[in-house]
Order: sequence, then C-alpha cells, then structure tokens
Amino acid sequence: MRRSWWKILCTVLLLYTLVGGLLLDVPRKKILNETIRNIYFHVPLWFGMMILFTCSVIYAVKYLRKPDLTNDIYATAFAATGTLFGVLGLITGAIWAKYTWGKPWSNDIKQLGAAMALLIYAAFFVLRNSITDIDKRARVAAVYNIFAFAMLFPALWIVPRLVESLHPGGAGNPGADPRDMDARMRIVFWLGGVPGFTLLGVWITTLIIRFRMIVDKNLLHG
Amino acid sequence: MNASKHIFALLKKDLLLELRQQYTFYGVLLYIASTVFVLYLTIQQPDSNVWNGIFWMIQLFICVNAVAKSFLQESRGRMLYFYSVAGPVQFIIAKLIYNALIMLLMSLVSLLLFNVMLGSPIINFGQFVAIVCLGSVSLSFVFTMLAAIAAKAQQQASLMAIMGFPVIIPQLLLLMRISKAGLGETFKGGALSDMVWLLAGLNILVVLMSVILFPFLWKD
Repeated sequence: MRRSWWKILCTVLLLYTLVGGLLLDVPRKKILNETIRNIYFHVPLWFGMMILFTCSVIYAVKYLRKPDLTNDIYATAFAATGTLFGVLGLITGAIWAKYTWGKPWSNDIKQLGAAMALLIYAAFFVLRNSITDIDKRARVAAVYNIFAFAMLFPALWIVPRLVESLHPGGAGNPGADPRDMDARMRIVFWLGGVPGFTLLGVWITTLIIRFRMIVDKNLLHG
Repeated sequence: MNASKHIFALLKKDLLLELRQQYTFYGVLLYIASTVFVLYLTIQQPDSNVWNGIFWMIQLFICVNAVAKSFLQESRGRMLYFYSVAGPVQFIIAKLIYNALIMLLMSLVSLLLFNVMLGSPIINFGQFVAIVCLGSVSLSFVFTMLAAIAAKAQQQASLMAIMGFPVIIPQLLLLMRISKAGLGETFKGGALSDMVWLLAGLNILVVLMSVILFPFLWKD
C-alpha cells in the first residue's frame, strides 16, 4: 500500500482530468470552441514524452558510466513508453488540427519535430535489433540514444522559436499559450493532466521493466 | 602537442589513401554526375524552390555515400592497429576533418554541375557558396558520427539512412531556409544571422558529442 500510493494518485488525477476536462466550464474562444478541452490530453502527452525520453537518456548515460544491463533495460523501457506517448500526442494533435486548422497535417514546424522524434526512436529500436551481442547492443544503443537526444533537443525547443508556426504561443513560447487558459483550466491542466499522464507513463514503464527483468533473469544474475 | 601530431598523421593517412586509390573521389563524382544528368533529363530547368530542395536532397545522399565509406573501409585488424597507436579522440577528430574536406569538395562540384545542367536561379552567388560550405560541413559532421555507430551493426548502409535522416531534419530545414537568401529572398533583420548562428552552434554540439561519445564505441 505504501509503495503504490503514486499509482492511486495517478488514477485519481487521470479520473479528475477526464471528468473535469470534459465537464467543467471552459472559456469560449473563436475557432477553438469546445476543442480547447483537448489541451488537457494533447499537451500533457508531450510533457510526458519529453520527461520519459529524458529519463531514457539519463539511464543511457548511467549505462556508459557503469555498464550494468539493468540500466540498459531502464533506458529502453523509458524510450518505448516515450514513443507510445509521442504517437498518442501526434494522433490527438492531428484530430485537434482537423477541427481548428482545417486538416490533420499541415507541415507545421512542431508537427515536423514530433514526427522527427518518433522516427529517431523508431531508428533506435531498429538499431538495437540489428546488433546481436548483448553488451555491444546496449553500448551502441546508449551512444545513439544520447546523440539523437542532443540533436532532438534543439529541434524541439529552439527551431520552433525561429520559424513561424500555427501553434499558439507563436515566436515567444513554443509550449502552451497561457493566454488561452483561464485559472480553472490551469488547475485541471497543471494539477491533473500533466502529473497524471507523466505518472501513467512511469507506471507503464515500470511494468515493462519488471517484465524484461524476468525475461533476462539469466543474463542479469548468471 | 602530441595529440595534434596524431590527428595530422591520421588525416594524412586518409588523404594519401584517397590520392592513391582515388576510389571515393571518382566514385562519388560519378554518382553526382549521373544523378544530376538524370535530374536534367527528367525536370530540365526547375524553378528556384524545386532547385533548392533537390540540391539539398542530393547533398544528403552524396554525404551518406561519401562518409559511409570512411568507417566501412577500416577492417577490424586496422582498427586494432589504430587503437594501439592513437587515442579515440584523435581518431574521430581526424575522421571529422577528413570527411568535412571531402564533403566540401563534393558539394562545390555538385553546385557547379547543378548550375551548368539545371539552370542557375542563384542571385547572390557568394552568399550561396558560403551557405553550401557551412551546410556540407554540418552534414558531414553528423554522418561521421552516425557512420561510426552504424559500423558497429549489421546492414550498415541502410541503417545509416534510417538513423541519419530523422536526425538531420533540423539542419536540413535550417539550410533550406537560409539558402533562400542566396536565391534572392529577403529576411527580417537579424533572422538570417540567427539561423546561421544556430547552425554553427549545432555543428559545435555535434563535434562535442562525437568527441565525448566515440571513445565508448571504440572499445570492443
């Protein structure tokens, strides 16, 4: 019970986001209308993805410092959940874009950045599968993980500030536009959506890690 | 000063090999010539936007071809020899410099061929050449590191494309934006230099990452 408090918290927060996000009052905005509610789901998925990928890189660095296969399993599991969140973020974004920008894909710089992130991590898994030696696979994958993350970071955080984007916030702030959310929305967003989805990501990751630990039991302790 | 001597020796070895075998140079040169010729047959004289896009795509493929070889040609035994005479940092720096030189040359050759065969939409020639130099160096830096990673895996050539294309997207987008300056587009004050500095910053980041990460790939 004591160790699973954060799982209960995660469920409560997500229930609150789901119910509150769909039922609580939101400001009436032109074009956005009721689709503004998607901000509770779409944006937290991106927050979650960035946090999960960052965790993955931290474990990749840890692996290079201390070659322990556990770190490799952690890094891969975090990358897998991050990719899942990225796909979900892309889909929720495309649905939103269809109703607000007119079409699901419009080559917006942030859509490109998201597609790039997913391709990079897809390549990460292909690279892993192409190496048979376990230690070498872990090392090469860790190197690519760190290198790709270092390339991804400017693409997601710096380039969108330099070119025009359809996303709100414009040139100044590539994240959520604070002007579109009122105080009530911010509570659901920052207290419910962001921590809720991040915790869910960590929860899924721990399940993958526990599964991999059982599969690779012989390698880890043998 | 020992380190720079090692780098210089490794660089000299690569250049000498190239001069004697002349395999990469003529191979890639022929690759450029035949690609541009096929392009000429299919689209003749494209407008400047298409020209720009195709030019950078061709640079990307030239880079994959030219740089991939630099690690694939090193056999296991030879790598072991380098391991005993030089450090990994010197080795990767020599490779970075060598690939940048090769790519610089290839880019300028392909720029010339593009101008001759596909028409010349370039208005500000000096600026465009400077951008091409910067662009070819950034492409070669990224693909040098990726070639080093791919050399450790099977199906190296296809893996390089899979790993490289998503990673290179930001640089490529920036390059296409910047090179429009040479094609006559005017930018808001400061926007162009911002992007050039960002690209230069990315190059420094790639070199730093290569120097930090390559020693981990090196040992087997």
